[in-house]
Parts: sequence; C-alpha cells; structure tokens
Amino acid sequence: MKKTKEFKRRSMLYIPGNNPAMLQQGGVYGADSLLLDLEDAVALNQKDAARTLVANMLQHNKYYDAELSVRVNHIDTPFGLADLEEIVPLQPHTIRFPKCETIEQLDKVLSIVEEIENKHNLPHNEMGIHAMIETALGVMNVYDIAGHSSRVDAITIGGQDLTSDMKVAAGKDGIGIDYARKRIVMAAKAHRIDVMDTVFADVDDDEGLRKETEYIKKIGFTGKAVINPRQIDIVHEVYIPSEKDVAKAMRIYQAYLKNKAAGIGVFAVDKKMVDKPVVERAMTTLSLADIDLNSIEY
Amino acid sequence: MKIINKAQAGSFESSDILVMVEPSDAKGRNIEFSSTVGIQYGESILAEIHSVLDEMNVEDVQMIVNDKGALVPTIRARVETAITRGRGEQKGTLA
Repeated sequence: MKKTKEFKRRSMLYIPGNNPAMLQQGGVYGADSLLLDLEDAVALNQKDAARTLVANMLQHNKYYDAELSVRVNHIDTPFGLADLEEIVPLQPHTIRFPKCETIEQLDKVLSIVEEIENKHNLPHNEMGIHAMIETALGVMNVYDIAGHSSRVDAITIGGQDLTSDMKVAAGKDGIGIDYARKRIVMAAKAHRIDVMDTVFADVDDDEGLRKETEYIKKIGFTGKAVINPRQIDIVHEVYIPSEKDVAKAMRIYQAYLKNKAAGIGVFAVDKKMVDKPVVERAMTTLSLADIDLNSIEY
Repeated sequence: MKIINKAQAGSFESSDILVMVEPSDAKGRNIEFSSTVGIQYGESILAEIHSVLDEMNVEDVQMIVNDKGALVPTIRARVETAITRGRGEQKGTLA
C-alpha cells in the first residue's frame, strides 16, 4: 500500500457513504483522492447501513491508485466511536476527523484509534489522520492542531460549516472564509503538511470552479475537494504545470544536479540566481507534472 | 442470535438491493428473491446472500430480497445490516 504522504491530492472526490452506485464507481473518475463520507452525506437513521457499506467497499472494491479516506462522524456524536471501531481495523489510507477544534479533541480521536489498532495488532504509523477545520474556534487553533501529531499529514477547510458557524454568506467570492483559508494554509505550511480546500458547490459553474481553483492554488493549497466527477478535470488542469514551466523546472533541476556533484550550492540558470528554494519549487513543478525526479540525469 | 424484529436495509435505487427480514416460526431460510439481473446472476447473488447468513450464524429467517443490480460489497453490506437490525444489535445510528 502507498504511504499516505505519497499521494498528490490535487483533487479529493466526496462520495456519499450510503450510495452503492457512487461508491462502486468512485475509482474510475481519476481523482487523486476519494473521500467516503459517513458524516454529512448520510441520514441519521442510516448511519449503521452506511458504515457497513463503506466497510464492505473497502474490503471488496478496487479504487485503482486513488488515496482512500473515510470521513467519520465527530467523536462527540452517537456515531463517531462506532465509525472508528468499524473502519480503523480496515486501515484506509486516512481517516478524516470533522469539526476539529482543539488538540484535546484530536488527542481523544488519536487515543481511540491507537486503542483499536492495538486490539487488532496493527501499527500506529500506517493510517494518517486529516483534521478538518470547520469552525471559528478550529481556525484559531489550527496551528496547534496541524502540528500536534505526526499522524496528521493534512488539514482541510470545510467552507459550508465554517460560513454557517461564522454566520456569514457562503458566497462564490469566498470573502467570508478568506482569512480562514490563508490562516489554515499558513499553519499547514509551517508544519510541512498538505492542505486541501473546500468544495465549490455549484456543479454547473465550470468557470467559477476554475477561477476559485486558480486562486486557492496561488495562496498555497495542495488541492481541492470536489463533489461531482466532472469537477475533477478542471481542478487537475489548473494544477498541471504548463510545458514552459516544466521545461524551466527541468533546466533548473538538471543544473542543480550538475552543480551539486561539483560541490556548488548557488548557481545561475537563464541568467537568474538559483538557490535552495528555487530548486525546491522546480522539484514541486516536476512532481506535479508526474516526472520522477530519480529518472532525471544531467 | 435469532431475528426478533422486522427490519430492512438498502433501497430500490439502481446498484442497490433491498433486503427485508422478519422472524420465522418455520425452520430454515425462506428467501423470496427477485432481481433485475436474476437470469444472468441470480444464482451467484443468492450464493452471496447465503454466505453472509452462514457467517452470521443465521439458521431460521424469512427474507424478501429485491435486487437492482448490486455488486458483491453492496449485497453483503445490506444483508449484514438487515440481519443486525433484525436482531436489534445495530449501534451508532438513530432509529
């Protein structure tokens, strides 16, 4: 199984946990990551049915190369513990913990997860945790949450719940959550973990989705959640670097390899100084273009 | 491990399967089965249902099953949920 940190996470497709058709087809659309949802997408009297269905899908369905995440219910609801007891033994790549507000809540989840893993003789370092920030309190505590455990390898923002908690309009301009987005990105970057943006709810507005994706890419998000398969390609198109950018990144990385072999740390490419941050940006660009860095020679 | 309640799981949606169970006074499994893909896959769907009933130690049950082209994970999940509900053992949900 791929380590959770090896996934690209440009797109994360939400799939309702009690919908067999969508669950069985989820892997064919090419999303980097799939989120099997036991929380908001499931009626309160179908939580048991969804949990059992998702558990069976994890065991019997093929999801190609996608990262598999399961969003469980909050641990303080009547459903959260049962979700963890059913899903953790199956070790999806990650568990998504919704409405994470404090490190105390995160500790509670981590402790239950590890207890279940002990019971099933499972390691504590395979399955990751994604903390979802969806309230004003969560936004204010996000730096602590993001760095609290090595198992937290990504944080995400939940725009719908956040605007509701803040009592602001969930407009397409994103003004109401702009500060939260930037604060969450900065917390993730400070701890060197991934950060995913919220969904774009209007599935008929392709241009709106493209515009929002371009914006969230610029401010540092690793990728974006999507609610409809047709949104995946648009998100990927925004994240795939242009040929010009890839060619430039290749020149920088090859020059880096050559100079490194000669013991030189700072050099020039296209008459511009190249140092460590420039090389790191070039490596990110090449990775986003699916180029294996180990295959590059100078 | 007896079925003590009438219960159901699943739906009539495409790719789903509706499983209804109720307590049975008779011995054995009485399964009333219909499927949109019954001619082609009926036997294998029934085999999957019996496999789950075996795993859950269900001997006596009255079942009505209406399949809309469900695949193995869905068949297994819906039977498991219906039986668990029929036994009154479901947890982490609202009635």
